[in-house]
Amino acid sequence: MIAIRKWKITKDDLVARTVLFPTVALTMVFVYAFIIFTIYISFTNSKLMPSFGWVGLQNYIKLFKLDHWHIALKNMLIFSILYIGLSTIFGLLMAILIDLNKFSETFFRPIYLYPMAISFIVTGTAWKWFLDPGIGIERIMQQWGFTSFHFTWIKDSEFAIYTIVIAAIWQVSGYIMVIFLAGLRAIPHETIESAVVDGASVFTLYTKIVIPQLSAAFLSVFVILGHMAIKSYDLVVALTSGGPGRATELPSTFMYSYTFTRNQMGIGAASAVFMLAIFGIIIIPYLRHQIKADVE
Amino acid sequence: MKKSLVIMLVLVLVTSFSLYAGGKTEEAAMEVDNSVEVLHWWTSGGEAAALNVLKEDLEAKGIEWIDSPLAGGGGEQAMTVLRTRATANDAPAAAQMLGFDIIDWAELGFLANLNDVAEKENWDAVIPDALKKFSKYNGVWIAAPVNVHSTNWVWANKKICDELGIATPITSWVDYITALDKVQASGRIALAHGGQAWQDATIFDGVVIAAGGPEFYKASMIDLDPTALGSDTMLKAFGMMTQLRGYLDPNFSGRDWNLASAMVIEGQAAFQMMGDWAKGEFLNAGQVPGTDFVAFRTPGTQGTVTFNADQFVMFKVDESKRAAQEMLASAILSPSFQVAFNTVKGSVPARTDVSDAEFTIIGKAGMKELAEANKNGTLFGSMAHGHAAPAAVKNAVMDVVTSHFNGQYGDAEAVEKLVQAVANAQ
Repeated sequence: MIAIRKWKITKDDLVARTVLFPTVALTMVFVYAFIIFTIYISFTNSKLMPSFGWVGLQNYIKLFKLDHWHIALKNMLIFSILYIGLSTIFGLLMAILIDLNKFSETFFRPIYLYPMAISFIVTGTAWKWFLDPGIGIERIMQQWGFTSFHFTWIKDSEFAIYTIVIAAIWQVSGYIMVIFLAGLRAIPHETIESAVVDGASVFTLYTKIVIPQLSAAFLSVFVILGHMAIKSYDLVVALTSGGPGRATELPSTFMYSYTFTRNQMGIGAASAVFMLAIFGIIIIPYLRHQIKADVE
Repeated sequence: MKKSLVIMLVLVLVTSFSLYAGGKTEEAAMEVDNSVEVLHWWTSGGEAAALNVLKEDLEAKGIEWIDSPLAGGGGEQAMTVLRTRATANDAPAAAQMLGFDIIDWAELGFLANLNDVAEKENWDAVIPDALKKFSKYNGVWIAAPVNVHSTNWVWANKKICDELGIATPITSWVDYITALDKVQASGRIALAHGGQAWQDATIFDGVVIAAGGPEFYKASMIDLDPTALGSDTMLKAFGMMTQLRGYLDPNFSGRDWNLASAMVIEGQAAFQMMGDWAKGEFLNAGQVPGTDFVAFRTPGTQGTVTFNADQFVMFKVDESKRAAQEMLASAILSPSFQVAFNTVKGSVPARTDVSDAEFTIIGKAGMKELAEANKNGTLFGSMAHGHAAPAAVKNAVMDVVTSHFNGQYGDAEAVEKLVQAVANAQ
């Protein structure tokens, strides 16, 4: 009986399904069908346009022979670790500081959050000018009399990737702060009060009691930052456009240039599939966790 | 609640149907369309002024010019947009394109057949063979060449040279380095340059010839011979690139080429190594060739010309637009336009039967050198601009050259990477 009732379509169901149908259909076609298409393209000899000559794993073999791709992967690793690590630390620190001093909240919270309201292109362009030795901070410091001041990371192949990290952290830390702030507010007052009564210092209070209770917030932060790190494209394009030379190429810019400007669509698709796999590694455990939580 | 949903649904269906019907009637009322859409990346001062000549010419003939400019020196953005539009069946009538890209497009069957116009106006007899390699595919004319540029040029600020006692033209690499040293010692920037991959590669074209002569350029850049690519001569070429790197200002990376030209024009820097499109910038700034600025072949490459030719590739369009498209093709190759355009742009005409009377000293020299190089077999396609090898190889070479020039690789490492990169790209 119950099984039959489950499948009976009521009027409400019908409306819900009709309304949802376009979204579901469009997502199926424009997200999932194209993922499958991209995977297929990565096994073909596509160059300027998609074509359907099967070449097996050749594109993947070529991809991993490319120095350019190794640079991109290495940069992604540097970028992701620093970006996720430092924005989490800064975000948490700002959240705790605001939480400790309720009066400053209305003033500081918007200030910390504003960078997130700016598009990545604007952030990238602004930081490009700011870090440019000819017009930015170096010049200003030198005009103020600090003639020995030098900050030329953005023009240096070895350090340019760190300028992207700086700009990205500047942008996202406030957002991370808000997530942690919400997590902090959700902690029941009783535990904190009893800890204070027991004579815990502020440091012990946070390290032993508060932060361990933020595990859900930490998980969200890692997933959000993880996928943003892999996707980052606009910031790099605006800030360094992959340069100097090819020093700040990331998998996303690599994928774009091979697919769309270098007439090597097969290799571009292979790199996209590889990025998808990295995504999967980050997202799937999270989704499983979520679904499990929902079922319970 | 439910009622309003139903009403919304009906509304959506009705509007979408009427939109569809509206589209249909528009199609039925098709007439001859006298407009041509032209996609190009000529947005800097000299370039835009040159293209305006064509626009005015066509507008005088009653054809509406729809301009689709996409900034970016080597045309990377333009190519991306073009690909999306061609896939969506919305290709423009004509698109600016370079070298091997044209062949790639032709292979896919996207391009129009211009044989009618070509035959009527006898293009076969007047266009150099080196260009026909790219404007014809399997005997079918698919593109109208606009100009011939060459990349192995040095542009110099005459006043700085005179002041420092540097005699121009400079013809040997040793003299060139001495001159660069002199400028640097005087406190100015010796070499104005923008560190974008294609600009680095443009310098590399000339440097390869200066290091090993025309035969070496042909073996390494056109025949892609692995022994030539991995040879000591190539090591020498990368060594020369490292030498040049020492004469740049610290703030060079990412600078656009026309800003580098402006540095020479304003006297902040003495030299720029750039293709002859830079001449348009100098002329546009009111500079007089011979008194304000001088140009000479990259020292050590006299007699050899590395060329690239801008062409307008014609895409297959509706019958209604064919007439306008053919008018555009014919206008591009008319001698009057070739002269008017190329005197402004700084290049030389794509036809060999055009008089050089209206050109400057530099233009006349360019036309003469092109004809001579064509005769002597020292006219080669430029690697940096996609006329020596297909896009995949070109970009592989550019990756190595730009990474080396920006300090990621040492000289010997760059040679090794170059051999690998070219092999992987083929």
